[in-house]
Amino acid sequence: MIRLEKLSREFQVGNQVVHALDEVDLEIKENEYISIMGVSGSGKSTLLNILGLLDTPTSGDYILSGINTSKMDDDEMAGIRSTKIGFIFQSFHLIPRLTAFENVEMPMILSGINPTERKMKASSALEKVGLTDRSDHKPEQLSGGQRQRAAIARSIVMEPDVLLADEPTGNLDTTSGKEVVKLIEELNLSGLTLIMVTHDREMGDRSNRLIELRDGKIINDQSNN
Amino acid sequence: MLLIATSIGVMAVILLTAVGEGARDYITGEFRSLGTNLLIVIPGRNETSGGGGPIDLAGLSPRPLTIEDAQSLSQIDDIRRIAPVVMGEAPAEYDGLERSAPIIGTTPEFLSIRQWEMESGSFLPGVSMRYSPPVCAIGKEIKEELFGDDSALGEWMRLGDRRCRVAGVIAEEGRAVGIDVQKIVIIPVALGTALFNRDSLFRIIVDVENSSRMDQTRQSILSIIKRRHQDKEDITVIKQDTVLQSFDNIFNVLTMALGSIASISLFVAGILIMNVMLVAVSQRQAEIGLLKAIGAKNKQINNLFVVEAIMLSGSGAIMGLIFGHTITYILKISFPTFNFLPPMWASYVSLFVALISGVMFGLLPARRAARLDPVEALSGNK
Ligand SMILES: Nc1ncnc2c1ncn2[C@@H]1O[C@H](COP(=O)(O)OP(=O)(O)OP(=O)(O)O)[C@@H](O)[C@H]1O
Ligand SMILES: [Mg+2]
Repeated sequence: MIRLEKLSREFQVGNQVVHALDEVDLEIKENEYISIMGVSGSGKSTLLNILGLLDTPTSGDYILSGINTSKMDDDEMAGIRSTKIGFIFQSFHLIPRLTAFENVEMPMILSGINPTERKMKASSALEKVGLTDRSDHKPEQLSGGQRQRAAIARSIVMEPDVLLADEPTGNLDTTSGKEVVKLIEELNLSGLTLIMVTHDREMGDRSNRLIELRDGKIINDQSNN
Repeated sequence: MLLIATSIGVMAVILLTAVGEGARDYITGEFRSLGTNLLIVIPGRNETSGGGGPIDLAGLSPRPLTIEDAQSLSQIDDIRRIAPVVMGEAPAEYDGLERSAPIIGTTPEFLSIRQWEMESGSFLPGVSMRYSPPVCAIGKEIKEELFGDDSALGEWMRLGDRRCRVAGVIAEEGRAVGIDVQKIVIIPVALGTALFNRDSLFRIIVDVENSSRMDQTRQSILSIIKRRHQDKEDITVIKQDTVLQSFDNIFNVLTMALGSIASISLFVAGILIMNVMLVAVSQRQAEIGLLKAIGAKNKQINNLFVVEAIMLSGSGAIMGLIFGHTITYILKISFPTFNFLPPMWASYVSLFVALISGVMFGLLPARRAARLDPVEALSGNK
């Protein structure tokens, strides 16, 4: 469902060009569970951003469900992000003024889903992550793990095909980190394609496929079984 | 801070235009509520060609304008109504209570020309230019002062050395020829000239049937009176709506000028809004990035910030409207003689200008928000 062909992303820093991604070829099938690892600065986040259409490659092609994304305009990309892709961030990125419930509603508000359906879907997403009793809490009233679970509820509420997670446990203690990973893995089992950036070797080993980056290149791509 | 800036702008617009409108109202007040087809005949000549003196508002010109002069005008077919007017002041007394009252001597036509309503009784029954039975109509305040809660109708009151029977109470509360109608006593015109021992009328008000015949009628009046005054053109005939018009124009310009000065402050407020919005955009970068990540289109982000700017300026404007109207209301109570009238258009215009400046100055920050690169915005640097 995802294919990258000679995909590069360069950044101009001063008069120096940084190759954050360097001619990457990659194929990802539906319902895979992939971990991306590598030292800091190896290009993991850049890759994830491009997969999530938040960033565009300098050269090469990104084909998503058979459609070449390089020809898309901003609105089309926003549409794909809205319906096909769910993001989970290291720092949660919940809107502090809104309750957990309202945060989960947000993607549906943006895509114009009517309030009745919205309420229904938001409650069922919160139920899936086990936060029903915290629906009315503001992010500051939630623990780190609970915040990340609210963010996960938000990422799956539009029923995306792909879940992209950039170090989802990076800001969490070990116990709540494990809970969050378990939750994400369950989502993968129920059909979502999961691509997760992690620094944690143990977590990398839990995935079905481990991709290792260095200096913008894939240096290792192995299946675990 | 921002709200205050906008609200001060709106408030300034309302206050300044209220003062302007109030001034206009004060000046043109006596002409207000008159029909537009009126000609006013004043004794004296205000053009040098005739060789007469300036208008003498007291009616003491060398040659008096008499009740007979007024009667002679009825031969002009285009005239619908004629109301001769004498004015003066005299003590009004009833049952031991005495008040000094402004007095107008006229005929029943005066009521319909001024478009007054009666609260009770009738205006000068049986009175014409020729007949002057001793009746009078009085304003609400003088009625209250002399008669209290008792009915005044049919009672005899004394005016100077004359007596008259109260036939009616006038409902009107405004002003006429600079006098508060509520304090006024109206008597038959001939009784007036006798009471003030004066042979000249203050003026003659003429209601013309057809507004297209104003100029011809004016000429007819001039020639008839000239004939009666040994061929001397010693009166002035003015069209009341030209007087009203010129006053109106002057004050409209004044009010507009005051209003536009005040509007400038709204634009200053607009610039403040822009600054606040720019700060908001940079403070909320991460949020904007997140919205983009979960599928917000650029247009949606843009609209979000524009709406926020409009809401900011709108709530400031509404605060300003409330303050402005409250203050004019307080001024109105404190200075009842000067009528502060915040014009409707000032409220609309200032609200409109505030919202427009909200949109205009909100657009730039909104566009900046919409164009943010989601990755950078999410990482929260810059
Ligand atoms: N906006 C940018 N401007 C310039 N250089 C950038 C930018 N974003 C990323 N880079 C560079 O691209 C390279 C890859 O960055 P990336 O964020 O993908 O690394 P990462 O693998 O996610 O690292 P970490 O584990 O620290 O998160 C780095 O060398 C980084 O300095
Ligand atoms: Mg990273």
